[in-house]
Amino acid sequence: MRWPGCWSGPSPAALRGCVPNSVTASASQEVSLWRRLTDHGATAFAVSAAVLVLIPLLAIFIYLVIKGIGSVNITFLTQTPKPPGETGGGMANAIVGTGLILAVASVIGLPLGIGSGIYLAEYGRNRFGDLIRFTADVLNGVPSIVMGIAVYSLIVIRQKHFSAFSGGVALGIMMIPTIARATEEMLLMVPNVIREAAYGLGIPKWRTTLSISLRTASAGVITGCMLAFARVAGETAPLLFTAFGNQFWNLKLNQPTAALSLQVFTYAISPYDDWHKQAWAGALILILLIVGAVAAVRIVTSRGMLKGGA
Amino acid sequence: MTSIPKLAQVAQSHKSAATTVLQKIRTSYPASSRIPDAFFGVIILLSAISVFAIVVLVAYELVEKSQLSLHQFGIKFFYGHDWDPVNDSFGAMPFIYGTLVSSFLALLLAVPASIGVAVFITEMCPQRLRAIISFLVELLAAIPSVIYGLWGIFVLAPLLREYVQPFLAKTLGWTGFFSGPMYGLGMLAAGIIMAIMVVPVIASITREVMTAVPQNQREAVLALGATRWEMIRMGVLRNARIGIVGGIILGLGRALGETMAVTMVIGNRPEVSKSLFAPGYTMASVIANEFTEATGDLYLSALVEIGLALFIVTLIVNALARLLVWTITGGAARVRA
Repeated sequence: MRWPGCWSGPSPAALRGCVPNSVTASASQEVSLWRRLTDHGATAFAVSAAVLVLIPLLAIFIYLVIKGIGSVNITFLTQTPKPPGETGGGMANAIVGTGLILAVASVIGLPLGIGSGIYLAEYGRNRFGDLIRFTADVLNGVPSIVMGIAVYSLIVIRQKHFSAFSGGVALGIMMIPTIARATEEMLLMVPNVIREAAYGLGIPKWRTTLSISLRTASAGVITGCMLAFARVAGETAPLLFTAFGNQFWNLKLNQPTAALSLQVFTYAISPYDDWHKQAWAGALILILLIVGAVAAVRIVTSRGMLKGGA
Repeated sequence: MTSIPKLAQVAQSHKSAATTVLQKIRTSYPASSRIPDAFFGVIILLSAISVFAIVVLVAYELVEKSQLSLHQFGIKFFYGHDWDPVNDSFGAMPFIYGTLVSSFLALLLAVPASIGVAVFITEMCPQRLRAIISFLVELLAAIPSVIYGLWGIFVLAPLLREYVQPFLAKTLGWTGFFSGPMYGLGMLAAGIIMAIMVVPVIASITREVMTAVPQNQREAVLALGATRWEMIRMGVLRNARIGIVGGIILGLGRALGETMAVTMVIGNRPEVSKSLFAPGYTMASVIANEFTEATGDLYLSALVEIGLALFIVTLIVNALARLLVWTITGGAARVRA
């Protein structure tokens, strides 16, 4: 070992830097060239992988802004689509339609999702809970298009026509597993002593769960809900044969309804230049909606009581 | 009331002593709290059961609506090449081929990239950048599929057509995978788009299981004189490999079911072609394109059967992936100590 060689230098300043230096020096001399090269190679690979993954992200956002911003104007936001081939018109009905569908989805997804989350955290520490947990994860992985078929045959066939309601049901179902798992995780972070304190005061379990556990975990639960919301807001596949799309205004739940994502899809694969421009504009609005939701969540949770928990 | 020694015994015999004791005491609660409690429990139980019921209902509807096609074609449905709605002859082979090839291509591109990103974030990245980069990678997952498709049509496909495909044809054309007319849109474009979409899935799981590897594993390997890469390989990746495989399978599940982006860039032609430049078709995109236009009962039933096949495959793939990930991160329910 080269260790004793270190003490040959007399100056204290050199001595201070000496120990780590000599250790690294001796180590790097023992490490063969090949091992050093693979180490640097691996670092380079990991760094370039990170860069490579972030390039498409930047490219997508840059293109969305460049191509979309020019077509977002007051007409786009307030008018309905013009017939194919004609220029002008907008996506106002699709923006409202997306809101309508998402409202239905939230009415279905939020209570069921939060309810299952409460079950998993407060009652489901057993085999049956594991089964539900597993089913939720499986449901999370079911392709959205398959969910579309299922809702089509469950609701659309029975109703005999496409509707905003069926679209909302499809999206609502897709929200449940995300919300359930997020709620569960957040409730588990609430210390047991808080529950015990509530029981000690004679508060019944339902009240403890709702007003104390759930309330303590609320920042995290809201995060989960918003993430689920953001995830389904851009969904297109399940709406193809449920909400179906509509070129006109519709505010009725039992009628076919336009949605931003559907409109972007239809316009993108159309042969018209003006529609392509509008597709970019619609996509920009859609992404702003989603990124806005995600960013709002980040801000809320970073200032909320469950800091770092989400 | 329960005596004190009895209580102590109960407390010892259970893990969560306090809860049990409380339950004992709470049996003496008045009906005014017991009834709402029971009511609340039932409602919560019902919403939990709804998750289970939905999966069962989806499966039932798919099986029921595909009966016609199941009886008509049997197993031949899955290897028949013929997709001819006019003559009521349906074989799903070109779609199955397209789904498998595009998903495989996506994984081929996404797996090294995602593991690289995960390694970078957990082992190499400066502390400050860590949160930003993992947020950006997560943001990739938040972009809707239809926007990937839009970008694929108008940005990626022209790029492939003008630069990438001519280059690939020149250098690797002899393999047969990169030959034929260059449309831009096709299997290659679908694979690349899907790879971008799958990266956040695999990367986040890989990151999670890598973080689950105890710190002293790393320190032990470093203390033996390993370089950083050797530490990552022997100390971290080897311990996390089952979870990483789980993440990859989860990514595969996502890729198999991916619909909109693929439908928009794959070219939608039911052909089996060796060249990745050629247009293809996937199971999900045939449903997306033809479901609302399916006129005959048999046609519709055949499309639902494709959906059923997709459902079963993704069910198996996801179940497998979850089990693998759970073995690493310690079970479905991570109980807080």
